[in-house]
Amino acid sequence: MKWETVIGIETHAQLSTRSKIFSGASTAFGAAPNTQACAVDIALPGVLPVLNRGAVERAIRFGLAVGGNVNRRSVFARKNYFYPDLPKGYQISQYEIPIVAGGAIAVQVDGTEKSVRLTRAHLEEDAGKSLHEDFHGASGIDLNRAGTPLLEIVSEPDMRSAQEAVAYAKALHALVRWIDICDGNMQEGSFRCDANVSVRPQGSATLGTRCEIKNLNSFRFLERAIEYEVRRQIGILEDGGAIVQETRLYDPDRDETRSLRIKEDAHDYRYFPDPDLLPLAVSEQWVNEVKAALPELPQAKRERFIAEFGVTPYDATLLTANREIADYFATAARDAPGAVVKLCANWITGPISAKLNEGGLDFDPANVRVSAQQLRRLVERIVDRTLNNNTAKQLFEHMWHTLEISVHETVAVSDAIDALIEKHGLKQISDRGEIERIVDQVIAANPQQAADYRGGKEKAFNSLVGQVMKATRGKANPQQVNEVLKRKLSSQGA
Amino acid sequence: MQNATIKSLSADLAAKKLSSVEATRHFLIRIKALNQKYRCFITVDEDKSLAQARAADQLRAAGRAQPLTGVPVAQKDIFCAKGWLTTCGSRMLSNFVSPYDAHVVERLNAAGAVNIGKTNMDEFAMGSSSETSYYGPVTNPWDTQTVPGGSSGGSAAAVAARLAPAAIGTDTGGSIRQPAALTGIAGLKPTYGVVSRYGMIAFASSLDQGGPLARTAEDLALMLNVMAGHDARDSTSLERPPEDYTRELTRSLSGLRIGLPREFFARGVAPDVEKAVGEAVGQFRKLGCETVEVSLPNMGLSVPVYYVLAPAEASSNLARYDGVRYGYRAPEYADLPDMYKKTRAQGFGAEVKRRILIGTYVLSHGYYDAYYLRAQKLRRLIARDFSEAFGKCDVIMGPTSPTTAFRLGEKADDPVQMYLSDIYTIAVNLAGLPGMSIPCGFGNGGLPAGLQIIGNYFSEARMLNVAHQYQLVTDWHDRVPPGIDVD
Repeated sequence: MKWETVIGIETHAQLSTRSKIFSGASTAFGAAPNTQACAVDIALPGVLPVLNRGAVERAIRFGLAVGGNVNRRSVFARKNYFYPDLPKGYQISQYEIPIVAGGAIAVQVDGTEKSVRLTRAHLEEDAGKSLHEDFHGASGIDLNRAGTPLLEIVSEPDMRSAQEAVAYAKALHALVRWIDICDGNMQEGSFRCDANVSVRPQGSATLGTRCEIKNLNSFRFLERAIEYEVRRQIGILEDGGAIVQETRLYDPDRDETRSLRIKEDAHDYRYFPDPDLLPLAVSEQWVNEVKAALPELPQAKRERFIAEFGVTPYDATLLTANREIADYFATAARDAPGAVVKLCANWITGPISAKLNEGGLDFDPANVRVSAQQLRRLVERIVDRTLNNNTAKQLFEHMWHTLEISVHETVAVSDAIDALIEKHGLKQISDRGEIERIVDQVIAANPQQAADYRGGKEKAFNSLVGQVMKATRGKANPQQVNEVLKRKLSSQGA
Repeated sequence: MQNATIKSLSADLAAKKLSSVEATRHFLIRIKALNQKYRCFITVDEDKSLAQARAADQLRAAGRAQPLTGVPVAQKDIFCAKGWLTTCGSRMLSNFVSPYDAHVVERLNAAGAVNIGKTNMDEFAMGSSSETSYYGPVTNPWDTQTVPGGSSGGSAAAVAARLAPAAIGTDTGGSIRQPAALTGIAGLKPTYGVVSRYGMIAFASSLDQGGPLARTAEDLALMLNVMAGHDARDSTSLERPPEDYTRELTRSLSGLRIGLPREFFARGVAPDVEKAVGEAVGQFRKLGCETVEVSLPNMGLSVPVYYVLAPAEASSNLARYDGVRYGYRAPEYADLPDMYKKTRAQGFGAEVKRRILIGTYVLSHGYYDAYYLRAQKLRRLIARDFSEAFGKCDVIMGPTSPTTAFRLGEKADDPVQMYLSDIYTIAVNLAGLPGMSIPCGFGNGGLPAGLQIIGNYFSEARMLNVAHQYQLVTDWHDRVPPGIDVD
């Protein structure tokens, strides 16, 4: 039987507010345990929550960015359960009425675009952490994280493969960073995904029994866990078994998922509206203000790059991977002729990305050691034939590895680049006399190859071109070399 | 001196007839002598109180005194006060020293009031007799074989026994008004949201409201002037311009329309209480008031609605007492679930457990719609009854409690009978309205009866005016429990 995989993803994105969602304590990561937990966070008797406006503003930004409906009235509820790292004995979350309903995320998989619908996004607080190491016969509790604002983003079961799930998670990750609501740091737990996975016979309209997989703190784990889980479920079904609805934990060391708790063990959370918080009212005016301040979104920017700069859809996707790269490209390509734009795109997705990958670095202006203005000049010098591909690469290496030109220096960038070309003698040789002299020397020094070419061996010609380029340390204008060499070989042979 | 009101004591302090240190010492000596008899106070700290008194005297000497500066005020042990043991009447918090001040406590401190001690109460404010306290039952100064009412019974009894001129309490279903009635003093529950709940240990968040207890309406107004005000740390605290609650005290009652709800006099009210209340209404007619019959048809539902909603909120509010971070923890346990079970089994008393169980049940999957959601709908109907009644009258009057003080232990084993003692007060909390009780005479056995005055939202100043005008022509509030010397 052919099986179809169905995946929905729940994501907890930590919102980038400086203070917590219901208290004034700091949300900074990495402080000594319990030093960032105030009276509200440790749930002293008598304390009350006060909603952080910044967290709501970020949720609105998200709702607008995904084209969802920002509910003008939403309600905070209490989710009741006992756990040592849950100080109040309940988590404040949104249950029946979330702040964002609907919306969608555009995802590119294998060159085709797909839209993943969102069910909802709601605000809630994070719990603290239980520390089981370093305490003999006991557990430690760190409440620094308790009360950290989260946006839980729930997708519809619209994904049909682990690759689509990863593409969705990556697109969502890029979006929350793009609109600056979450730092996206997966190691620190700022962006966490749970996957709901089920399988069904191809063509079936009903959903199979699903399992929820937790502990997926990288895109690779997300992909591997889903692949494992799909194999596991198909295996059970093909053996005539049935899937048990349960929560499973991914173990990256063993590359497998294992059962954490079955549905029957699930808590009765006894949700009810939190009487300490009034229903959250979001005014039309506030939504409009947030909308006005929203940056151009990745999808719109991608389409604009294609339309305005004529870049390929593939390049446009790469150039809108994050806001920094898009801004860099837009700066380099501003008001430039088509040939320059195309080359700028190639250099960003080619040599610059390669350099960053080598160093394992993000596309961050601090990491890119060639400014957008410098790249623009370099590309212009290729287009006007001052540089050829060889010399351009040499110049790029100089620019990247030396501090001869400050990245932050914006004045007289063109002069500085030209000075550097001059200094390293990278200017292309287009002096016909000079080229003819070198070609003559090369033919004289390689009579055999010259004879071979005249005898019809095309390969010998390339070898001679290489000799000329070598003699000029790559600086000769390749077109002129070709032309002169061809003419000399045919005339001498005649 | 112990018979002083806030007003008279404040005048004496201003006239330099005595200092706050002298007044504070006087009340501390009385508490030391009489607390065994009444068990009004859980914690008394002479050093802290006297330090506040000295500071108040300095404030006065510097010419910066306010009406409450140097006046001793007893605080219900539900209010967090920095450096003070704050137990909420429970073993669960029997070791909890608060690291912070409640908003109300901050306001009292800023006004220069002296915290004379933390008063006894029903455990977590759950009770109508002050018998459920881990620290033993409070007794009624009018007859120590009877209860003072609850849950603010310690605060009420302290004022009645002249152990403090005034006190602060909280009222979730009648916990200020009913003990005020049973001990012959005055108490006010303001409109929900007027007094910040920050630092007031939560019982049922949507119903809890702090308020003053004193002997005169005028003193209540002076207290409320300090206690009321917006607090950004309580999201349900209302943003309103500050009010002077004494501003209407001297207004004439001529033409005031008093609504008498049919349901308040229909059944259940004891004849002696009904008589005292009837006479009080007669007194108001003499003062130029008109009376109109009004109806609150859904009032009969208020007790069942309350006993769904309040336990539901309480079951969640009290989940934080788990033995993990502060408070009581069972000395021995096998593992985490066992620690939770033993800590909560040993730390909470029977009434608290009963309400946690009820609340957990009504919020459970499959029961939520039938109980919690239904009760919320009925709550709106009860509030609507009041708004219709206030179309015909300015204030509503009736008994505060169906009976005078009952005997210790009389209802302790019959929760439903106990719950019914709040039958006239609970609806006011459900509607979020202001309500107060003032003494209006005595019933059988010389026990005090209370008149309840219910106003429309934010009509506290008018209600205090109504009560003050009554107190100008009656002396019930000046009566002293037997055996208490007031020379």
